[in-house]
Amino acid sequence: MGSRASSLLRDEELEEIKKETGFSHSQITRLYSRFTSLDKGENGTLSREDFQRIPELAINPLGDRIINAFFSEGEDQVNFRGFMRTLAHFRPIEDNEKSKDVNGPEPLNSRSNKLHFAFRLYDLDKDDKISRDELLQVLRMMVGVNISDEQLGSIADRTIQEADQDGDSAISFTEFVKVYQSPLDFKLNFAQEGGADWGLEKCLKVLILFIIFFLIFQSQVLEKVDVEQKMSIRFLH
Amino acid sequence: MGLEMFEAFSPWNVLPWLVVLACCEASSGVNTSSNSSALQTPNAWFAASSSDPDERISVFELDYDYVQIPYEVTLWILLASLAKIGFHLYHRLPHLMPESCLLILVGALVGSIIFGTHHQSPPVMDSSIYFLYLLPPIVLESGYFMPTRPFFENIGSILWWGGLGALINAFGIGLSLYFICQIKAFGLSDMHLLQNLLFGSLISAVDPVAVLAVFEEARVNEQLYMMIFGEALLNDGISVVLYNILIAFTKMHKFEDIEPVDILAGCARFIIVGCGGVFFGIIFGFISAFITRFTQNISAIEPLIVFMFSYLSYLAAETLYLSGILAITACAVTMKKYVEENVSQTSYTTIKYFMKMLSSVSETLIFIFMGVSTIGKNHEWNWAFICFTLVFCQIWRAISVFVLFYVSNQFRTFPFSIKDQFIIFYSGVRGAGSFSLAFLLPLSLFPRKKLFVTATLVVIYFTVFFQGITIGPLVRYLDVRKTNKKESINEELHIRLMDHLKAGIEDVCGQWSHYQIRDKFKKFDHQYLRKILIRKNLPKSSIVSLYKKLEMKQAIEMVETGILTSAAFSAAHQAQRVQGTKRLSPEDVESMRDILTHNMYQVRQRNLSYNKYNLKPQTSEKQAKEILIRRQNTLRESMRKGHSLPWGKQAGTKNIRYLSFPYSNPQTARRDLRAAESTDDDSSGPEFRPFIFPAHSRSGSLQERRQTQDMIPMMTLHGGGKAFSYSHRSSSSREGTGRGRSLALRPKPLFHVDEEYESGEQTEEEASAEGSRWTAQHRYSRKHQKSHSPLLQRK
Repeated sequence: MGSRASSLLRDEELEEIKKETGFSHSQITRLYSRFTSLDKGENGTLSREDFQRIPELAINPLGDRIINAFFSEGEDQVNFRGFMRTLAHFRPIEDNEKSKDVNGPEPLNSRSNKLHFAFRLYDLDKDDKISRDELLQVLRMMVGVNISDEQLGSIADRTIQEADQDGDSAISFTEFVKVYQSPLDFKLNFAQEGGADWGLEKCLKVLILFIIFFLIFQSQVLEKVDVEQKMSIRFLH
Repeated sequence: MGLEMFEAFSPWNVLPWLVVLACCEASSGVNTSSNSSALQTPNAWFAASSSDPDERISVFELDYDYVQIPYEVTLWILLASLAKIGFHLYHRLPHLMPESCLLILVGALVGSIIFGTHHQSPPVMDSSIYFLYLLPPIVLESGYFMPTRPFFENIGSILWWGGLGALINAFGIGLSLYFICQIKAFGLSDMHLLQNLLFGSLISAVDPVAVLAVFEEARVNEQLYMMIFGEALLNDGISVVLYNILIAFTKMHKFEDIEPVDILAGCARFIIVGCGGVFFGIIFGFISAFITRFTQNISAIEPLIVFMFSYLSYLAAETLYLSGILAITACAVTMKKYVEENVSQTSYTTIKYFMKMLSSVSETLIFIFMGVSTIGKNHEWNWAFICFTLVFCQIWRAISVFVLFYVSNQFRTFPFSIKDQFIIFYSGVRGAGSFSLAFLLPLSLFPRKKLFVTATLVVIYFTVFFQGITIGPLVRYLDVRKTNKKESINEELHIRLMDHLKAGIEDVCGQWSHYQIRDKFKKFDHQYLRKILIRKNLPKSSIVSLYKKLEMKQAIEMVETGILTSAAFSAAHQAQRVQGTKRLSPEDVESMRDILTHNMYQVRQRNLSYNKYNLKPQTSEKQAKEILIRRQNTLRESMRKGHSLPWGKQAGTKNIRYLSFPYSNPQTARRDLRAAESTDDDSSGPEFRPFIFPAHSRSGSLQERRQTQDMIPMMTLHGGGKAFSYSHRSSSSREGTGRGRSLALRPKPLFHVDEEYESGEQTEEEASAEGSRWTAQHRYSRKHQKSHSPLLQRK
């Protein structure tokens, strides 16, 4: 199966994909054979039904959203190129890439592109904002049935309130990215503390808060690595 | 060991007997009768009467020796079970240490009691009992609960590591101990090579499954998990085969010298014994799978078939001197897949629990026996031998891990990292297997058996307690996972989303190795095996069958828990909502985060969670079902609306809402409930019908048929796309009960019927059988609802 697949893939096309996505030759042929095995209609494109046939995806709570992410607006077919372009977001960032990618277009697997991919899963209407409704939908998909709508609603409110900085009660992409960078939650708490009397208690509190601050800072450093880890898959070589 | 303890009534001696013979002191003459019986004849029943000259019937008699063995064994097992209950009552304990620690401690306790009272412990362990009764359940259990798919995906590495690793360990430890024995100063020069090799083979039988529970919590990666599982599975088989061959060699060596031909024959034997065992197992697995195809009318016999055939494969292989362990493992692996689809849900549950129970009984007995023989006088302590054994066990395990994985990493698509290898090295916990093998060494061939037993015990204790307890923290330390300190809700949510996303993309890539071979096997399986082995009327996809099996029960649970919890929660939280969303106390945020962490769907795990000592409810199945129900409904909803694509923007909260239950309008719920109860009262007679069904009474089957006919139109209508209101009518007329209150119930039968009758090639007989199953389940649901009604009414 593998040999047939690679022969079907033209060389120049392969080169282009390689350039665009950064996958290696063997990775591309490997994924191409996967592509053809998914392609039940055998017309060189995948439809949504083809994706839905993957059993594991059927029980993924975000299955539909993930499938959707493969299709560009208005299309209901995706060719191998588009397939690879989507997958390229999940290619791990290699060490030698980090240094050289100053010039030229940003690679698909950069940190911000990875985050943007995740952001688009929420943002259905593509207005670069996660509204309360959109957030609620995702929450509904991901949370078990034991939670009432009310609870979810308040969780969604809280989530937005936590991340929202410009007060439009929606999460923009910049705010979304900031979730991973600044100890936002903490700032809010601190602001609410308020009050003028700087007694011993207050000083202690501040001290404790600073310690927490430090811990959060550390966790943020970890977090930065985390996004890259979370959004990267070990592809075959 | 007589019962001279009765003369010395120190409190220490009395203590255990208080349990066993609480009423002993009350009756006169008991001491003499049991004393004499123990001394004179084994059969106490007659002994008691023969020691008594006059043949009168006494009012009260005590005959302990008659029941001694089962009595004490029962007490042991009970004690161990109680200890387990205690162990799990305290939540943190199971995460701290493997459960085998507990079993060993209980064993040591029993051992010290027995030792303290000079009581003769019942001879639970001898060679034939161990190999014929105690070992098979343990092996069967691990074979049956093995996650098949990941196992076969990693089979190359597992065979390489599990097979070769055991051999390297056995020979490495044996040979290096032999060199130690050559040093005169240690006083071990009477041990020759074969004995050392044999010791090596038995001490290399690791039992890493004990640490899997610790692992699971730390979420080690799947391949690592599979390697350890596979090793546990193969290791027993290989070391037992090696052990038997070496014993044969030792016997032979007593009379004549071993020639190279014999060694070659031994190697050939090793291979034949292994492969033959596997072959036998596969054959028996297929036979039993085939037989369960026809058991739909007497489902009570299904578990029996499964167990007897597995055991038969073991015995048949053993009669031919093949490896019974490998046979029973292969049998379990082969039949599992088909049997699970053939048997009824209840039989499936029975099989699972019974298997767990048998294996845990066996293992408890072995561990307790280990404790019993730990505390006693039958030890020989030799510092050099024991210390070197311990050291060599670690060294050779390290060598075999690092060398074998270095080689296999060259061929693997996902190499094992150094961390993984270190964890594998560290998980070399010895268990019940090594002890039993050491304990069963024939004394005639091994004059220093006591030393072997002592060394084995030391190794087991060291590995189980020291390594077993430290491996959890170690894994967590190596796997620098971020702990849950101060995560904001945003992070919590987004990170879980990313996990799901990543899992989904991985599934799209289908990047699991060996997939070509698997595809071929799948094709073969679909074309021939499944047709022969599986009943016709079952849906093809395993997920659908999973869905089908759990559907009803789950839906009911969902309704109930949904109503109950949401009612409890919303009452508390509604008040705060009224105040406005701006001000939320940190506790609220905390509780929200808690809700999210505990209620968000888990990222799919490909290997089912395995615990050697317990069966957990499979949350993944439940979750898969919920998601499937949801998706199905989103699809239907959108089709009803006339959209061609179900994933458009309209897939909003409204569509998904049907799964949140109408807790907010208790009035309707109550009304419906009352209606449900009235219908329940009306039909209190038919409620017993499920008991009639198995007998296939005529009136029952008639009714079934009518009901199935009732169901079929639903499907066709649904195909037309406008079934929603219709199905509501028909389902409510059929059930008459949980309508409105249990919104989630409503779409569900629809989907089921859809699946069931899609094939359309069922004979009527099958359809009616299916119908009976359904009505039975409806009854069940009705009963269930009724039983919960007081709770709801209160609201």
